[in-house]
Amino acid sequence: MSQIAFPEPDPKILARADTIRAALHALLPAECVVIDEAGRRAFETDALTAYRRLPLAVVLPRTSEEVAIALRFCREQGVNIIPRGAGTSLAGGAVPQEDAIVVGLSKMNRILEINYADRYARVEAGVTNLAISEAVAADGFFYAPDPSSQLACTIGGNIANNSGGAHCLKYGVTSNNLMGVRLVTFEGDIVDIGGPAPDADGLDLLGLVCGGEGQLGVVTEAWVRILPLAEGARPVLFGFDSAEDASRCVAAIIGSGIVPVAMEYMDKLAIEITENFAHAGYPLDVEAMLIIESEGSAQEIDAELKRILDIARAHNVRVVRESMSAMESAQIWKGRKSAFGATGRIADYICMDGTVPTGQLPEALRRVAQICAEEGLRVANVFHAGDGNMHPLILYNVNDPAEEEKAERAGARVLMMSVELGGCLTGEHGVGIEKRDLMSKQFSPAEIAQQKRVRAVFDPDGRFNPAKVFPLEARAT
Amino acid sequence: MNEDVLTPADEREAAEIVAAAEAPFDIVGAGTRAGFGRPAQCGRRLSTAKLTGIVFHEPAEMTLRARAGTPLAAVEAALEQHGQMLPFEPMDPRVLFGTQGEPTVGGLIATALAGPRRLSAGAVRDNVLGLKFVNGRGEIISTGGRVTKNVTGLDLVKIHCGAQGTLGLVTEATLKLLPAPRAEATIVVRRLDDARGVEAMARALGSPYGVSGAATIHAGMGREFPRTLLRVEGFEDSVAYRTERLIALLSEFGAKHALTDDKSRRMWRAIRDVEFLAEPGERAIWRASLKPSDAPAALAALGSHARTSLLDHGGGLVWFSTDPTLEIATAVRGALRSFSGHVELIRADETLRRSADVFSPLAPALARLTRGVKASLDPKDLFNPGRMYADL
Repeated sequence: MSQIAFPEPDPKILARADTIRAALHALLPAECVVIDEAGRRAFETDALTAYRRLPLAVVLPRTSEEVAIALRFCREQGVNIIPRGAGTSLAGGAVPQEDAIVVGLSKMNRILEINYADRYARVEAGVTNLAISEAVAADGFFYAPDPSSQLACTIGGNIANNSGGAHCLKYGVTSNNLMGVRLVTFEGDIVDIGGPAPDADGLDLLGLVCGGEGQLGVVTEAWVRILPLAEGARPVLFGFDSAEDASRCVAAIIGSGIVPVAMEYMDKLAIEITENFAHAGYPLDVEAMLIIESEGSAQEIDAELKRILDIARAHNVRVVRESMSAMESAQIWKGRKSAFGATGRIADYICMDGTVPTGQLPEALRRVAQICAEEGLRVANVFHAGDGNMHPLILYNVNDPAEEEKAERAGARVLMMSVELGGCLTGEHGVGIEKRDLMSKQFSPAEIAQQKRVRAVFDPDGRFNPAKVFPLEARAT
Repeated sequence: MNEDVLTPADEREAAEIVAAAEAPFDIVGAGTRAGFGRPAQCGRRLSTAKLTGIVFHEPAEMTLRARAGTPLAAVEAALEQHGQMLPFEPMDPRVLFGTQGEPTVGGLIATALAGPRRLSAGAVRDNVLGLKFVNGRGEIISTGGRVTKNVTGLDLVKIHCGAQGTLGLVTEATLKLLPAPRAEATIVVRRLDDARGVEAMARALGSPYGVSGAATIHAGMGREFPRTLLRVEGFEDSVAYRTERLIALLSEFGAKHALTDDKSRRMWRAIRDVEFLAEPGERAIWRASLKPSDAPAALAALGSHARTSLLDHGGGLVWFSTDPTLEIATAVRGALRSFSGHVELIRADETLRRSADVFSPLAPALARLTRGVKASLDPKDLFNPGRMYADL
């Protein structure tokens, strides 16, 4: 893809590249600095792999103090900084540039404290999302946000993007499960915002940092809430003959006073693709499927599922398949969580992430189908229906420039539709570079300028993750 | 003192007033929380009295948008028709502050005082999906939206929650809703000391039984012994089941019986409104947010300064009253300084609120960021100057 512009790297920095690399070597231990080209190559992109830029250098600090050393150095030298967790961003949030230093948190991957009495864990930012849940599972706890990339993605990246997952209908997104962070500022100060007590003090700066896409500083540690695991959970598959019935069923369930822990939607193409890959027992002869999960004791689950089933019947459900074992449940979720990967096996795709009000889902699905048909592209829909966070996967051939252009155009049209229907450009993947130039579709110039002024409090020189989130042409303040 | 009240008829007029302003305002809603924060000092007031009305309520999306001056009573009435509620259980501030009038949506955002259900449903900031506000330049700024999952651009929603109106005039808020529970029950455990009470609450909160309230009411407030209370809410069959399991789980603490429905509701309303501490009205009321397991040590450190007290949020929130003097206020801050968390002086007379720290003093780096954020939203220092800190 070649649609997204990058600013020209600063020639003055490029000219001093060797000096800067040598200085980094002098400042930090050898194991924490990557300057050889092969080593840097590993950091040239993230999960938006169509865009790559080789960074000037990579530092992999082991402590907050080492991060502070690196940031103070970057400030003195006027070098841009790209904070990086595991590089799983689908929006190019961790794509570097030739004049920037990547600050990777992969060496900061320890769980520092688990406190069951106060129900939190203190972790370093490079810990993976899943590692937190695994560390506390034996004691009956878990960390709630569960993005599909949870095996690889780090808590630092989750905080930068305020990541969600399949279960946020009940448990909320990262910001609702984050109690505090240790932030290294552009000045190299190490600041704790929030902490182990339930509410932070003064202004809610944590609410800015979480979802700040790495533009406010480098988060090195976090206090995250851990929750007791439910007694049990059971997903049920509901197959429908029309997208309309399935999406109206979602609205009716919520309207009836039931908030299931998860409600996921897949259309026919998404079902086919994932079933071939995960063999989860998805029904292949339906137009749309909902995975609805209920939690609690066996009796509570039975009671809730009965209420849900009554509503589904009123919406012409044709296939109902309840998981009968933990293994089946795991297969059902494996299918859903591997949907992006399985799609990648059959075609190139771009994954959209707009959210629409749930009442607009039938209309949104109709329009997505229409837009992709007009562009002559196939689309698979797999998304979090309970909260309206859509993930149309627009299939195309990366080696066909004309098709690639169509895919990007279709994607942009889908996102503009999300905004038109009262929603937003991105529900959980972040703006990154991918949706940067669409920001003006959702926000007025005054609103973008206001966001940038708040950002500038944390980063007056605009060094952290530059050329992201905000449209390039609107960058000068 | 100039007692002007500016009452814009709509958001646009509010923006014009702010754009033309050369002197600061105190933002006022219904004034039911007027005793919270450092004292108002402008004389000139900007009122949300005419910015009223529910913009939409979408029951099936569990969202409601209302203008800032809308009385909470109107919001709650609309929700009740559809069996829904505000998740964070906002307090009725009139009980504690002894005020009249109808609390508003704007006041709720500005003070962000969540009630007992904050444990399971999150704080105010977790349940505000979007805001519109007039910034200090007189621009109307929309942030967030009406959907629960939204990471588009820098989120300026949460920063307004609890900012005491210092960052802008909030004109509209979109709130997340929850279905109101069909039933509830409260397990009562009597005569636990603070350490055992907090332990019992932690045991319950670490269980899978969905506890949505965990409080301890100390002796001396209508009873001769302390009571530790644990609430479950939901569908009738599920509430009955979880009540039984929790009583079994807490049997070693002496858990035996539960209050149901109306009795349970009345109990949590009283805890929510901190009714037990409200009288005598001249006492200072404090709210400390701590690690729950620190609550017993914090109460011990406060010693006899705390005249009455109440633990909510499993011990993570300590409400207490003191005599209203600067010496005691200083001693309170000293006693609690070594604990993680923070302490707010929620109610006191004007003199004490002017002389004592109402909010915990900030570390230098946080103070710098806080001043920066204020200036980025309100560069001319127009909104509620000095309400949170003497220089902010």
